[in-house]
Amino acid sequence: MHELSISNAIAKLVLEHADGREVASVQVRVGALRQIVPDSLAFCWTMVRRQPLLEHSQLEIEQVPGVLDCGDCGARSTLTEFILRCPACGNGLVAVISGDEFLVTSIELLSAKEESRGPLPPS
Amino acid sequence: MGRFHRHEDGTEHEHDDHHQPQSRREDVGDHSGYQTGTERIEVLEAIFGENDRLAAANRADFDAAGVRVVNLMSSPGAGKTQLLRHTLAQLKGLLRVGVVEGDIETSLDADRLEGFGAAIALVNTGNGFGGECHLDAPMVRSALPRLPLADLDLVVIENVGNLVCPAEFAVGEHARAMVYAVTEGEEKPLKYPVMFRSVDLVVINKIDLLPYLDFDLDLFLRNLRTVNPGVATVLTSARSGVGVQQWVDWLTAQVTAAAR
Repeated sequence: MHELSISNAIAKLVLEHADGREVASVQVRVGALRQIVPDSLAFCWTMVRRQPLLEHSQLEIEQVPGVLDCGDCGARSTLTEFILRCPACGNGLVAVISGDEFLVTSIELLSAKEESRGPLPPS
Repeated sequence: MGRFHRHEDGTEHEHDDHHQPQSRREDVGDHSGYQTGTERIEVLEAIFGENDRLAAANRADFDAAGVRVVNLMSSPGAGKTQLLRHTLAQLKGLLRVGVVEGDIETSLDADRLEGFGAAIALVNTGNGFGGECHLDAPMVRSALPRLPLADLDLVVIENVGNLVCPAEFAVGEHARAMVYAVTEGEEKPLKYPVMFRSVDLVVINKIDLLPYLDFDLDLFLRNLRTVNPGVATVLTSARSGVGVQQWVDWLTAQVTAAAR
């Protein structure tokens, strides 16, 4: 529901790391246990990137599945739906191994000599 | 899993990584073969990092002032404000209470809480980290100068009515509670698991309506425990006042647990 403001936060974070250089792409990792809608985030990025250094940037979203370790039977399971219960034995005492991630993992910057080029040709 | 992205023309798709890591000439995002020199920089920074840093600063201020803080969340209309009216009335003279009242535009809720001897700071949520759908750490921080923290025992942050967004944003609270109305049905814990998973207590409210509803309390509790096995629950009617004492006891326990 707040993907637009999240996009703004991503833009701010990216510009801090871009050090004044043109950004080609931004890699974001989103865990399945987050309520982030990739489609919505990608759409919001097309609005937020309308500013210097981000105009041509692509937002690439890597989705990470939810993985649980059961505190009872010890099984490690990958979730297909958001129910925090061990799929193997049904126990609710589980530890989240992955799925909570929400971070910018990397950015791609254009080389300095490429910065003055014109806009990208249409895809 | 593949990489999901959207193109200039609005099309979008997911596929395995075609963006090779590290500095090299490569195709960036489009498929036209337009060659550019790029350099990949590792960032690995949490997108809510700024919010979380300010939440930690809020928490430090709360701890320094010796005040316990509860973040109270719910859907719109579940009964947070009405419950708080009872709460403030019952705690008057027992605990010194402050309220941070989050609202998108109006002061209507804050007005309803006047007259109970509590310090109230209204936050309209136009300008924060995340916009209008929740309170975040910078918004709560902006309200703190309007509360006499050192003279308070407990601050209740009444979040914006919303089952999705508030769960994502720590504001510096010590505990999280939510109000859930029996009119919302049994399945919401499964549909909004991030919120239900994040709370320490669920106040199941409007139980005076149970005779008129098909609400299956046992099924709701099973769904709740599926996403949050250890969560505490109390049953209340903020209309009649039934059960409100249990909620007030829980709040009081938050304060006394900290004082020990």
